[in-house]
Amino acid sequence: MAHTETTSSEPSSPKSASSQFSLGELIRSPAMGAFVGMVIVFAIFAMFGFSRNFLSIAGFANWMNFASTVGIIAIPVAFLMIAGELDISTGAVLPASAMMLGISVNHYDFPMWLGIIMTLTMAASVGLVNGLLVTRTQVPSFIVTLATLFAVGGLTLALSDFLINNTNVSLQSPDWAKALFGTRYFGFRSAVYWWIGLIVIFWFFLHKSPWGNWVFAVGGDSESARNAGIPVNKLKIWLFVLCSVCTALAGMCQVIQFNSAQSATFFNMIFFTIIASVVGGVLLNGGFGSVAGVVFGTMTLGIVQQGINYTDIDRNLSLLIIGVMLLIAVLMNGTFQSLATSWSSSKKED
Amino acid sequence: MSNSENVLELKNVDKSFGPIDVLHNISLSVKAGEVLCLLGDNGAGKSTLIKTMAGVHAPTRGEILMDGKPISFNGPKTAQEAGIACVHQFGGTFPLMSIARSFFAGVEPTKGWGPFKVFDREKANEIAVREVRNFGITRIEDGDRLVGGLSGGERQSLAIARAVYFGARVLILDEPTAALGVKQSAHVLRIVNEAKRRGLAVIFITHQVMHAMAVGDHFAVLIRGSIAADFRKGERSREEIADLMAGGESMVDLEASIDGEAATV
Ligand SMILES: Nc1ncnc2c1ncn2[C@@H]1O[C@H](COP(=O)(O)OP(=O)(O)OP(=O)(O)O)[C@@H](O)[C@H]1O
Ligand SMILES: [Mg+2]
Repeated sequence: MAHTETTSSEPSSPKSASSQFSLGELIRSPAMGAFVGMVIVFAIFAMFGFSRNFLSIAGFANWMNFASTVGIIAIPVAFLMIAGELDISTGAVLPASAMMLGISVNHYDFPMWLGIIMTLTMAASVGLVNGLLVTRTQVPSFIVTLATLFAVGGLTLALSDFLINNTNVSLQSPDWAKALFGTRYFGFRSAVYWWIGLIVIFWFFLHKSPWGNWVFAVGGDSESARNAGIPVNKLKIWLFVLCSVCTALAGMCQVIQFNSAQSATFFNMIFFTIIASVVGGVLLNGGFGSVAGVVFGTMTLGIVQQGINYTDIDRNLSLLIIGVMLLIAVLMNGTFQSLATSWSSSKKED
Repeated sequence: MSNSENVLELKNVDKSFGPIDVLHNISLSVKAGEVLCLLGDNGAGKSTLIKTMAGVHAPTRGEILMDGKPISFNGPKTAQEAGIACVHQFGGTFPLMSIARSFFAGVEPTKGWGPFKVFDREKANEIAVREVRNFGITRIEDGDRLVGGLSGGERQSLAIARAVYFGARVLILDEPTAALGVKQSAHVLRIVNEAKRRGLAVIFITHQVMHAMAVGDHFAVLIRGSIAADFRKGERSREEIADLMAGGESMVDLEASIDGEAATV
């Protein structure tokens, strides 16, 4: 087999790449930009917030507590984004779950465990509807989940008004539920520990298990993925279910933590999760991203959104900072990607 | 191994989408170690025909035989398991995935047990790099490199190497050279020859007479969903083939009409 390769010297051996391997791995990591961004934001806030104890445990816990709620939802949202889909129904599933748990346990005296199971089931079925609609029709997931966002949001308001004549509900939880979902350990809410646990599981799922490969493949080119035998539709449906179930977990943590819930749709959650993903280096049109990046993105968002209270910076400026950050992230993501694609262990490119 | 058995054979296949008849009475066959070039104008039904062979569409009438036995596919997956691999124009690979990960997409090698099975990156890298290099792409030496950094021809080659590795017996290539320059096309054609040498039956779609002549052993021309000509290498001249590919119109007439239009402008 003759071939007319232009590489002047024949590669010595593929092993020669291993010395540069760690650098390449680092540059190629979609989390790289997110990490650098977080360090910069953290340093700036530490500087401005030093006198107000930004660096204390309480300061750390403050923005981590905020980040945990976003973070639990942002990772599955990012999974969907990597798979080429979007879920914005989270803004309605979050209050719907909190209200459902509150109403069923507080108003109808269901046992806590049953309320939790019912809430998770409700959320899973919203995810299932999202997944089925997206895979069965050609309607983009943005529109499908926009529809379910409003449908679930409206239903939550109407049902709580109808059932308890109130759009707010209060909830007294048994001790075990408090301990599991709604208390503080060392200043950190239970949700923070859930988040950490989920990070480990999701990291394993996306980067280590063979299924993670499917998520990337589906987002990279769903037609090829289907031809390669990957069950594209099934995978997407599962990811939508996962996303809603995680959102329900975050909602349940909130209502158990604060002993009350509101039924108004939480539109900000949509933006928070998307910002965390994009700042975390996830490609909006799919095929690229990492769990670590999304975690860094979420933490950065937490620092800016909550940490600002520990500084003299005007609170209103946090939105501006987030906007600028998002823009930089999107611009940088392109750079990091082309770096990643062009990077090669053999430096001789033609 | 050079038996004359048909690996894949279509008998009187029709395909219609609702009221639209796309394929009429197609009978075709391809043998191991042979390249069948499928030629025809845009919309002639070439892609529909190969999708029918690859299990994407079920034939409306007629039958598909593999090794002489009738077979029916209920999806691309079953066709693949039977050994029919389809490589699309852009290689069907994932630009932002590593070479090894996209090589093994859907059939990831794992190590570990139970729910803790992990993707075996070392093994995947080693096999992917070895297989691609065996097809003559020695520029690839790192399985962690992203596919997006490869040239179009290399991506095609990667996809072909993948299909061969996973035991394809029939390799279907839908316009693999359409987006490529001269050098890259030559590369892909060489790989087509290599696949043929390894005893695969190759079905190759192209709009370029040169490419067809370079690798084809057997040619079939589709015009409006019917086989207008079916001949072997050397039985027709280049001009005749070009005319057939233009849908039966003579190239000379076509060129005259282009000149005519240019003159009237
Ligand atoms: N799913 C479908 N439903 C209805 N009609 C279809 C469908 N798929 C293909 N067709 C029609 O079948 C005809 C043949 O299409 P096909 O894609 O097979 O052509 P082709 O020979 O591959 O053309 P090209 O050279 O442009 O790729 C076209 O007229 C097309 O509109
Ligand atoms: Mg076609």
